[in-house]
Amino acid sequence: MMPQAQQEFAIRVRDLIVGFGRQAVLDHLLLDVRRGEVLGLVGASGGGKSVLMRTIIGLIPRQGGTIEVMGQPIGGTHDRTTQGAAAKWGILFQQGALFSSLTVRQNVQFPLRENLVLSQELMDEVATAKLEMVGLRAQDRDKYPAELSGGMTKRVALARALALDPPILFLDEPTSGLDPIAAGDFDALIKTLQKTLGLTVFMVTHDLASLTTVCDRVAALADGKIVAIGLMRELLQSEHPWVRAYFHGKRSQMLQPQMR
Amino acid sequence: MNSEPLLLATPSGEGLELRPEGPWISANVSKLEALSQSVGKDVARSKAVTLDMAGVSELDTLGAWLLEKLLRGATSSGRSAEFVGVADNFGGLMDEVRQVNRNVPAPASLPNPVLLRLSDLGKATIGAREDITIFLQMLGALFMAVVGVLRKPRSLRLTSLVYQLYRIGWQAIPIVVLITFLIGAIIAQQGFFHFRRFGAESYTVDMVGILVLRELGVLIVAIMVAGRSGSAYTAELGSMKMREEIDALSTMGLDPINVLILPRVAALVIALPILAFIGSIAALYGGGLVAQFYGDMGPAIYIARLREAISVTHFEVGILKAPFMALVIGIVACSEGLRVKGSAESLGRQTTTSVVKSIFLVIVLDGLFAIFFASIGM
Repeated sequence: MMPQAQQEFAIRVRDLIVGFGRQAVLDHLLLDVRRGEVLGLVGASGGGKSVLMRTIIGLIPRQGGTIEVMGQPIGGTHDRTTQGAAAKWGILFQQGALFSSLTVRQNVQFPLRENLVLSQELMDEVATAKLEMVGLRAQDRDKYPAELSGGMTKRVALARALALDPPILFLDEPTSGLDPIAAGDFDALIKTLQKTLGLTVFMVTHDLASLTTVCDRVAALADGKIVAIGLMRELLQSEHPWVRAYFHGKRSQMLQPQMR
Repeated sequence: MNSEPLLLATPSGEGLELRPEGPWISANVSKLEALSQSVGKDVARSKAVTLDMAGVSELDTLGAWLLEKLLRGATSSGRSAEFVGVADNFGGLMDEVRQVNRNVPAPASLPNPVLLRLSDLGKATIGAREDITIFLQMLGALFMAVVGVLRKPRSLRLTSLVYQLYRIGWQAIPIVVLITFLIGAIIAQQGFFHFRRFGAESYTVDMVGILVLRELGVLIVAIMVAGRSGSAYTAELGSMKMREEIDALSTMGLDPINVLILPRVAALVIALPILAFIGSIAALYGGGLVAQFYGDMGPAIYIARLREAISVTHFEVGILKAPFMALVIGIVACSEGLRVKGSAESLGRQTTTSVVKSIFLVIVLDGLFAIFFASIGM
């Protein structure tokens, strides 16, 4: 494990091809995510951002190319190495994907219970600790997912994703559906946790505020390829027509006047 | 580098110095838990505790919490305790962990099991009353919908009705035929076997005919329809409720009863008598086959005996019950579907309830009809 820990790249994607039927979604895609950075991925709706994330974590089969996460090649969900790697990542799905028949606390304990041998008492304490770290009160831990608001659901899902202290965190539109204040809090939370726990974060987002405040680097996905990757200000100067349209469109200008 | 976590305890004067070493991470949790428990006695004996973190090579939330818990255990009993030598890269995590689990509400105490049972019983009793109310409400809503359709026949959802008829009627025929055929054959076989001892084999035909036409044909088919189509109705409506589709319908000014429930219940009311008829014929056919191959009774005799034994009345008694059973199944299935709450578990529970309740009610209804028909002499 140690030699991998020294590696510079947390995720390496080479020549990735993914398609459904005749339609190619990702076309010879190349992407590197450095250790300890927060990478934001932007792209058109339906342009394959979630497909890329789901392919990296092995949920979608690929037609070609290689993916390495923390130095381990990723096959598919039924692949042993992928299952081994699964303990090394935490995933925040867009809708939270909490288990609806379990309480908040049991949801957070689920990865602990399945992967480790520890006493119920310690499991309770760790789950409560995680819930408090993502800004929930200890009182909320016996609620069921159906009783939670959207923001709380995202927080619980984040606590569950962090349950095993994974070195990599995948976030699929973490701030979508939250009001700007809650979204800002969530961004700050991710940044704090990332610093505290030294996480690598791969974040799919449309939120320009998240991109500027949280992300170290931003990658733009268009036409099935990463067309630009770099610091936010580098992307703002990018000449690629889609990237220009994305960051300099009417809406973006309206929201981010300082970007001009 | 150390690959095993350690916890060294060295007494220094009146105090105790604890030195955790190696990787304090979740992968080693069982060792870590044992380690932190093993020093409990030493901690209890000493006046001051210092935790020297210099030897820790890796740390995550779980390890940090175990160390924090050790320290907190010492401070809570009035000793002085502190961390020393916390490496910079672990500082943030240690600070974070110091904040957590500070005011955890005490777990709710378990109530007395006897009282719990009694309270469950009470809730179930009140729930039963609620069930009746919901059933009657649905019946009334359906009646109003039917009145609406009679006034304005164009408001009937014909496409949906035909589709439901196809699904729960036409597609159910093979399985209904198979099961009732087997039931008829089994009854005939039992009849021949037992009546043979009295030399009363020919009465087997009477038994098969009356039993199948009056009771079993319709009852078996109703139970199968409750399991096959009632559960489907509940699950469909339940997941539509969960995904707010029913709310969407209402906000568009459409009545879910009219759009979703009336076509489904009406399809059941139309299809069940037809299925019961087909099922009864299949059962008689099964009985006939057994008569020929097991009872040495040719088809001609079987049919002649059948004609003597049964009358149209028997058939009427059976088939008259079918629409009422269909109504009960439909109402229970749809109202249980609308009672689904947010979770997947609730969907499963409501579907089970729907099937169990409708089968129960079908059998109760059958009993009431038996009394009714007996008293009017049918």
